[in-house]
Amino acid sequence: MNTPPFSGPTPVPVLALGDVLLVTLQGELDDGTAEQLQQDISHRIARENASGVVIDLSGVDVIDSFLGRVLAEIASQAHLLSTRTVVAGMRPAVAITLAELGLALPGLDTALSTAHAMDLLASPRSPLQEGT
Amino acid sequence: MTQAPPGTATISLPIASDTDLAWVRQRVRQAAAELGFGLVQQTKIVTAASELARNTLVHGGGGHVEITTVPAGPQPGLRLTFVDTGPGIRDVEQAMTEGFTTGGGLGLGLCGAKRLVDDFTVDSRPGEGTTVSIAAWASGIPSPRDGTG
Repeated sequence: MNTPPFSGPTPVPVLALGDVLLVTLQGELDDGTAEQLQQDISHRIARENASGVVIDLSGVDVIDSFLGRVLAEIASQAHLLSTRTVVAGMRPAVAITLAELGLALPGLDTALSTAHAMDLLASPRSPLQEGT
Repeated sequence: MTQAPPGTATISLPIASDTDLAWVRQRVRQAAAELGFGLVQQTKIVTAASELARNTLVHGGGGHVEITTVPAGPQPGLRLTFVDTGPGIRDVEQAMTEGFTTGGGLGLGLCGAKRLVDDFTVDSRPGEGTTVSIAAWASGIPSPRDGTG
């Protein structure tokens, strides 16, 4: 395997599955780690010609406006690099809280699970990203 | 202050770095879980705490939070008080406006946090600092809000 070395001190691994990058967030994420991840994903997209990014949020028990902004920025950066981003597996309590907080994250495509997200990315480019 | 109901406990945590924010979130979640808050209620108070702790750090230049748990009495619940000695908020009403921001966030900090809790007060004096106090009651019955329905 010639996996590229980690770029920076991030404890969040970015895995390549075919041409999709898979990021699994777990538990507490401090601000520095989130910002590091944001940079890592952009570099990996450019370097590996990724066609999609899936961010698995099933292990995340709180998303505040900071992490919400980081997720939205990851998606818009990826979009500029011609890559689609899907966030998968958001917990219901997190979704309820984000909606109440006023953070609807309109630019993000979502899926209920990582498997659905991969299906979504494998499907033709039609419904996703339209109108953005 | 009125007499505190039995079992009332307060801890104070510093807010001086972004790793402190993570620690505050963990301790608030732990306190909420111990009080019997449901999962959604826990998530709301932890998210509100995260927003306000970040305000304390970014706008107040750091400070501390007092976490008070009231397990018994007429109104069991959790009260969080965020204190900084920063520049203060010049116009609290403006700062509570949706979308108002001076930091790097989405402008949801104060008014977003307010929507997630049962009680919310801001006391700010320019040049002296800001104290934001929030509470969530363990009853599980959310308070009515404008625009619900």
